[in-house]
Amino acid sequence: MKRNTASAFAAVLGLCALAALSGCSELALLDPKGPIGEAERRLIFIAFGLMLIVVIPVIVMAVWFPHKYRESNTEAEYAPKWSHSGKIELVMWLIPLVIVILLSTLLWIETHRLDPYKPLAGPDKQLPVEVVSLDWKWLFIYPQQGVAVVNELVFPVGMPLAFDITSDTVMTSFFIPRLGSQIYAMGGMRTKLHLLADTEGEYVGQNQQFSGAGYPDMFFPARAVSQAGFDAWLQKVKASPETLDMARFDELRKPGLAAGPVYFSKIAPGLFEAILGKYDPMTKQGSLQPASHGGHGGHGGQTGSQGHGQ
Amino acid sequence: MFGKLTLAAVPYHDPIVMGAVVGSLLGALAVLGLITYLKKWPYLWCEWLTSVDHKKIGIMYIILSLIMLLRGFSDAIMMRAQQAMAVGASPGFLPPDHFNQVFSAHGTIMILFMAMPFLSGLMNIVIPQQIGARDVAFPFLNAVSLWLSVAGALLVMVSLGVGEFSKAGWSGYTPLTELAYSPDTGVDYWLWSVQISGVGTLLTGINFLVTIIKMRAPGMTLMRMPLFTWTALLTNILIIFAFPMLTAALLMLSLDRYLGMHFFTNDLGGNTMMYINLFWTWGHPEVYIVILPAFGIYSEVVATFSRKRIFGYTSLVYATAVIMFLSFAVWAHHFFTMGTSANVNIFFGISTMVIAIPTGVKVFNWLFTMYKGRVRLTTPMLWTIGFLTTFVLGGLTGVLMSIPPADYVLHNSLFLIAHFHNMLIPGTLFGFLAGFAYWFPKATGFKLDETWGKRSFWCWLIGFYLSFVPLYVLGFMGMPRRMQHYDNPAWQLPLIVAAVGTLIIAAGIGCMLMQLFVSFMNRKANADTTGDPWDGRTLEWATASPPAVYNFAVIPEVHDIDAFWDMKERGLAYARPERYEDIVMPKNSWHGFVLGVVAFVFGFAVIWHIWWLAGATFVGMIAVVTARGCADDLFMVIPAEEVARIEDARVRPALPGSAG
Repeated sequence: MKRNTASAFAAVLGLCALAALSGCSELALLDPKGPIGEAERRLIFIAFGLMLIVVIPVIVMAVWFPHKYRESNTEAEYAPKWSHSGKIELVMWLIPLVIVILLSTLLWIETHRLDPYKPLAGPDKQLPVEVVSLDWKWLFIYPQQGVAVVNELVFPVGMPLAFDITSDTVMTSFFIPRLGSQIYAMGGMRTKLHLLADTEGEYVGQNQQFSGAGYPDMFFPARAVSQAGFDAWLQKVKASPETLDMARFDELRKPGLAAGPVYFSKIAPGLFEAILGKYDPMTKQGSLQPASHGGHGGHGGQTGSQGHGQ
Repeated sequence: MFGKLTLAAVPYHDPIVMGAVVGSLLGALAVLGLITYLKKWPYLWCEWLTSVDHKKIGIMYIILSLIMLLRGFSDAIMMRAQQAMAVGASPGFLPPDHFNQVFSAHGTIMILFMAMPFLSGLMNIVIPQQIGARDVAFPFLNAVSLWLSVAGALLVMVSLGVGEFSKAGWSGYTPLTELAYSPDTGVDYWLWSVQISGVGTLLTGINFLVTIIKMRAPGMTLMRMPLFTWTALLTNILIIFAFPMLTAALLMLSLDRYLGMHFFTNDLGGNTMMYINLFWTWGHPEVYIVILPAFGIYSEVVATFSRKRIFGYTSLVYATAVIMFLSFAVWAHHFFTMGTSANVNIFFGISTMVIAIPTGVKVFNWLFTMYKGRVRLTTPMLWTIGFLTTFVLGGLTGVLMSIPPADYVLHNSLFLIAHFHNMLIPGTLFGFLAGFAYWFPKATGFKLDETWGKRSFWCWLIGFYLSFVPLYVLGFMGMPRRMQHYDNPAWQLPLIVAAVGTLIIAAGIGCMLMQLFVSFMNRKANADTTGDPWDGRTLEWATASPPAVYNFAVIPEVHDIDAFWDMKERGLAYARPERYEDIVMPKNSWHGFVLGVVAFVFGFAVIWHIWWLAGATFVGMIAVVTARGCADDLFMVIPAEEVARIEDARVRPALPGSAG
């Protein structure tokens, strides 16, 4: 009976693997379109491989030992009192220890290298984008271009992106799987994320943190286009008659879905800081004065929770 | 008069919810009717509801746990069915409001109302017997814990038919659970059900910590304690340190919601991440609270069914203790993506990874216990082997996610869902089911049917892989958790496979129910007359099955880790003492049950803002506790002749000349 079930089991696993392989290009995390995502994929593969050194022998032993020492096999050695072996115990502490030391070293190096707060280029060589998550849509403010867009993110391919992220509702998580790292968006707090796309294309952007009724619709296209394409798109945005000031923003933040991209050719200055400052009891509600605490201080101090200084 | 409660709170318009409500009500009515028909009310009241006997309390805990398993699993089926359908324009069959309640209820129920009562139940049945004690340290407190857990579970069930459950996930992240974003009573149901049962759990923790520290049989030093007792001891320490943090976090959230305070709001100085930190300072130890005792069960099962002493007892004890301490130093790995500095993430990443070392050691210990043993492939042993092969995969994906940059892409995806189910299903549930099959004859006097047990195991194991391997794949496909619908057609195929897997698990649960039925019908043939059906090693097998109310007529003396095995080898196992002595045991008490009922009404009143009732029941709870405090005549004496009569009626197996 055991053999049969074991082979049935193997068949099931095979089917699962087949289902997995059938959509290879759909495996967004394994088909990244930028250096951050590529580094994260490589890291996952290396760690996975290292751990197999322990996992495979364990699975083999977990099946082989009960089979070999099954009750009916009276030929197998039986040592009912044998319960200690210094050598085996040393090895069983050492092997996991060595692998964890290796992985920890990797973890240390890669966590510093892939720190989402670390800029990918100098301040004048990157495109800043301010991201505000709303119920249940994304607002992207391009401060250098003076425009804002709802539910569409367009940027030149090869251009390092510097996101400043906040939320004007519950906590959400800003994530473009094919580009790599996500980061939380939290009310009254500023988080940062740096990404880069090295291939042109339209990628899916999403909210990765449950945020209520409209959460499953918080997807947006993230399009990496040529510089010319980006300029053309900017012209299209600038042709919009809409201005995003605080009054329009208050309308926009009302819970609901956005039908498609909404373009704003003008934005009130300091809008992002004002949204951040709304939740600060020291700032006047809804004021467009730059928030008192909106410093771009050193990275170590800019943690999500500490960002909400008083 | 009725606070926020109106008739509109009953969801007449929703056929799915009403179906569940009517089904639950009919089930409850059928049970009540049957009890009335069989005239069993006095029996139920005298023997069960008012009982302070740890073995009966344990059985009631496990009944609660199995009922909640059915409820939590029906939520799982609904989620899998919804996600298998709701692609593109198809809305599926669950509207977002309902779907969001379903996944919130699933998590809350499975962790707090399935795993926790199962754990309390097994500890109740086994621990006093395993340490050679006649009872727990505080028998009445034990009844209070049970009935508070039942009160909490009942509140979750009531939320089906009166109002709604929380739509903000089992972890209740702020500010989504604040009034501004969740104004209805759903979050309050979640808050008060968890709060009330949490008090019960904390009391259980205190009770069993004291029991294990103070009530061990003479000779049972700490390093001679059976491993289930060891893991239970460490788990109870975790409960005592961790649960107050949950209580405090939920209390602050309640103050926000009920009194307009601003602990966790976005504005006016509130800090939403503070809740999330507090929640996980409880939440991560909680994972070990439910997993460590299962490790203990595996240790008992693997030694018994390999007919061999556990390999590396000392290593196992130290490894478990290391896990206990580390479990308080890893909580921030639940939110690496919060935007903390790299160094903070590195600290929590490495501390998480370090847990893999003692866990790996334990796995090797179990493997080398089977090595050079005589392995009997009984149901508990199958659960153990299924655990060993499956759990290491969950460990692998867990270590993977402990690396912050890997977590930056895997966080909150279905990969995460697959990972923690890959820890909790083999790690906790398989363990508890192994313990259930292992100790069932001890609790009831008859063994479970092996054929149906094995069928159940294979359905669970195959169903598990089919359900969760696709979720790992979907994580790589970028699918976030908790999606009521989605547009990407490529996600549908794996979701259909996962739904099929859930159906296979459903068959496994069906086999479990069938197993209970068949075993009950054949209870004469499956009877365990000796009290030692598996040729056990630890003291719980020295008592009769089911044990007399006092467990041990004579408190045993312990000389070895495998105390009972040692007694059998030395021919002392069933020795009749020259004379028996009177035994003092606690009397039954109505206070625990009534306290649970009043606590339930209190919870309901607070949820619906029925303030007069909340006040009255609050006073009522104090009154019940006071009444218990003033009660005397709390003990009964079982005379020596009665003990002798019970003991002489017991079958005393002749020990083979050279036992073992």
